[in-house]
Amino acid sequence: MPADEPMDTIDEQMLDGNAVGGMLIGLFGVEMTHVPGRCANCHKVSMVGALKAYTRGPGVVLRCPWCGQVVMRLVHRGDEVLVDMRGAMLLRFPAPG
Amino acid sequence: MARLIDWQLGTLTAVRDETPTVRSFTLSLPAWEGHRPGQHVDLRLTAEDGYSVERSYSIASEPERGAEIDLTVERIPDGEVSPFLHDVVMTGDRIEVRGPIGGYFVWEAALGGPLLLVAGGSGVVPLMAMLRHRYRMSNGTPARLLFSSRSYEEIIYRDELDEMARHGDGLEVIHTLTRSQPPGWTGYARRIDEPMLAQLLESLAQPRVYACGPTALVENVANALVRLGIQPDRIRTERFGPTGS
Repeated sequence: MPADEPMDTIDEQMLDGNAVGGMLIGLFGVEMTHVPGRCANCHKVSMVGALKAYTRGPGVVLRCPWCGQVVMRLVHRGDEVLVDMRGAMLLRFPAPG
Repeated sequence: MARLIDWQLGTLTAVRDETPTVRSFTLSLPAWEGHRPGQHVDLRLTAEDGYSVERSYSIASEPERGAEIDLTVERIPDGEVSPFLHDVVMTGDRIEVRGPIGGYFVWEAALGGPLLLVAGGSGVVPLMAMLRHRYRMSNGTPARLLFSSRSYEEIIYRDELDEMARHGDGLEVIHTLTRSQPPGWTGYARRIDEPMLAQLLESLAQPRVYACGPTALVENVANALVRLGIQPDRIRTERFGPTGS
């Protein structure tokens, strides 16, 4: 889907950011689904759990529920994780304790 | 102290049939530190050759149960994990669990209401944790559950939901049966739609909404509720993906 296309169609493969909560805890060390994040494209704030999650590809893609732009890409490759967060302007969460 | 990201071993202590294709599994978790209604766990199964597979399952039980949780799982015939849970695992077996996970799709009595819960099929599971918690806390928050099932026999938690609604503490359960209805059925017999939701909202002002089920159902419900004037930030969704995945 082109990033500038409004998300007005139902994509049956789509899940919520909530669905990858376990993976995100593994990466960030804290519960992330209720963390607010600001989309770098439309500047609207959504909780990570409310992002639209696409998990059927080789990695996980999280998109902004407002504008559809990609906020995060996460890919497991062997024993590495590649994280592309250029679509997330800001994430604000408690420091892992 | 068990950290969230650590896998812990749970012991299966009970299995209960909910419908012909849905079962509840009780796991005893000595290191469990409690959960919030609506959260889920990741389950990991590892084969002898090291191949492992993870799946997320919503917790069905209320936090007041302590160091055990119920997971309610629908058997997906071509699935990797659910047939194993249904057909192979027996009480006494140990299963790896990580969690609880999720702080977004969560309701606790302190959050208040009124509550509008909308479920399609096994999407009722995390909502059941909320309703059981509400019931155990004698909370009395006005609540409606709109629950879409294919047939009467496939209504998960049917008896328990009836009993909770009969208790008369402000919970109403509204069923719709989309594929077949028993003789004399007077309830809804179609997919959840905007008129159905509009009717519910007549008696429920600006509810907190939790909708869970197949992606298409959840999407339709969320869009219809926004059109009906519910603020988007009052609506929390959990999508399961395509039906039968």
